[in-house]
Amino acid sequence: MPALPREEVAHLARLARIDMPDAELDHLAEQLTAIVDAVASVTGAVARAEAESGRPVPATSHPLPLRNVTRPDVVVRTLTAADALAAAPESEDDKFRVPRILGEDA
Amino acid sequence: MSTTGSELVRLDASAMAAALRSGEVSSVELTQAHLDRIAEVDGPVESGVHAFLHVDGEGALARARELDAARSRGEELHELAGVPVAVKDVMVTRGMPSTAGSRMLEGWVPPYDATVVEQMRAAGLVTLGKTNMDEFAMGSSTEHSAFGPTRNPWAADRIPGGSGGGSAAALAAFEAPLATGTDTGGSIRQPAAVTGTVGVKPTYGGVSRYGLIALASSLDQGGPCARTVLDTALLHEVMGGHDPRDSTSLTDPVPAVVAAAREGARGDLTGVRVGVVREMGRAGHDEGYQAGVLQRFEEALDHLRSAGAEVVEVGCPNVEHALGAYYLILPSEASSNLARYDGMRYGLRVLPADVDPAEVTAEQVMAATRAKGFGPEAKRRIVLGTYALSSGYYDAYYGSAQKIRTLVQRDFAAAFEQVDVLVSPTAPTTAFRLGEKLDDPLAMYRGDVATIPANLAGIPGMSLPVGLAPEDGLPVGLQLLAPAREDARLYRVGAALEARLHAQWGGKLLDRVPAWTPASTTGAPA
Repeated sequence: MPALPREEVAHLARLARIDMPDAELDHLAEQLTAIVDAVASVTGAVARAEAESGRPVPATSHPLPLRNVTRPDVVVRTLTAADALAAAPESEDDKFRVPRILGEDA
Repeated sequence: MSTTGSELVRLDASAMAAALRSGEVSSVELTQAHLDRIAEVDGPVESGVHAFLHVDGEGALARARELDAARSRGEELHELAGVPVAVKDVMVTRGMPSTAGSRMLEGWVPPYDATVVEQMRAAGLVTLGKTNMDEFAMGSSTEHSAFGPTRNPWAADRIPGGSGGGSAAALAAFEAPLATGTDTGGSIRQPAAVTGTVGVKPTYGGVSRYGLIALASSLDQGGPCARTVLDTALLHEVMGGHDPRDSTSLTDPVPAVVAAAREGARGDLTGVRVGVVREMGRAGHDEGYQAGVLQRFEEALDHLRSAGAEVVEVGCPNVEHALGAYYLILPSEASSNLARYDGMRYGLRVLPADVDPAEVTAEQVMAATRAKGFGPEAKRRIVLGTYALSSGYYDAYYGSAQKIRTLVQRDFAAAFEQVDVLVSPTAPTTAFRLGEKLDDPLAMYRGDVATIPANLAGIPGMSLPVGLAPEDGLPVGLQLLAPAREDARLYRVGAALEARLHAQWGGKLLDRVPAWTPASTTGAPA
């Protein structure tokens, strides 16, 4: 099983939008390597089950059979703008105020 | 009133309800007795039980007064009306802080109630406050709470289990007679086991997830916690039922769990087939299981036999891979669910220190906010989930884990062809020491080995106390599992076992919990 090098953990942390100092990355790389090593046995277990039965095992994404659920398109009571904005870090003119989301050249 | 407050808080919820109905006690008196008990044992954070993150004394007494007034007007009230309840902080409560144990939501006051909170309010339960938990329900000890751990009422240097350690400790310390939990991999059942209390993870979809702060949506399930099987059933019936606001909610009526608990309490299990899961602690599969846990489990099997049940061993070979599958599926779903904490619309927002505030981008704010707002376990699981879902690894890890899920479901389905319920120890050990596994995530994860399979398969499970381990004097839990939608079986068999154990002990296990001794604040774990 490949170890998770620090560079890969740094890449994953960037994807997950979490700033992480070097010391934290080192520690996390060590722990994740051990965890991935322990959980990776699932791959072999599935391969053995498929070889024994001669059939692929279907994936289960959900514990019980599900149907899509809809409701009639009628107006119901919802949060007011004031309620929704009450916990906002910043708001302005009944809207969430957020930092710049586009670069200069966008 | 002839009963003192310290005696009142030790009653079962059903006995409290009866005393309220007969007029022997008022809801205000009962609520005040619990607030007094909380004031006595819950603080300070450094040495108290610390089961609560937020206590709403004023709100609870105001609600109790309303209920007492309604009762005196002769209004028809729910059986549990006026009885206090403690709510896990993962359930959102309008006007009351809801943090899920995270700095990310510190100070957040939700604008709406979870469906279960509405249901409990409609039934007249009095909310005392919000209970401590591992951050976003990630953990088995409550040590991952951003606000400091909860202590086990049996021994202040021990963990109360997790993630719902606050709810379980509140019950065991007589701070609340009823409490709520959520169970994604054992977060109701394992805390129940290590505190000598009862907890049930209902069938997936049996209790609404609307307003339950999401961890892993295909595994998360809310459920009841109490000190007896009957009390757990009474709360289950309040919390259960179809909710149109949760698209995964079952449309079935709530199973008749109270009737099942009352029937079971007669102690007769003639004709009931009980399967002992070989891969959960039997010979050859007992690595990591504590001797005293296995001993009390064996004795409980004898009680089931003497109640008339037929006890056989059954194999569920794929449950041995459940832990691995769970720690791929859970982080994957969690990394997606926790993406919403971005510092934009609610909760914490942190501006990076080294960037001009006029120039800062949303992405930089997100990364700084998430670095500060999430604790180590949340970060570990988010990064692990990001890895498991990344291209190149997705099929090998997440894909295989989903196939293990199928295999575990098939094993349970085959087992339930032969038996009515399955049993195992709930947790392989009694409560470990605070700090013992804090920086060894794998050791912490292995404690969930017997509870996780039920979440993968969506089936219901219960933990109930079966004694104290001889070597450390700490509670041992037995886990019951039943097929999906057959939650009532847990209550029937659980109540029968409980009745026999109570007869053997001459009372409840919690009668033996020592008087609370606060933790020593010198040398306490950080």
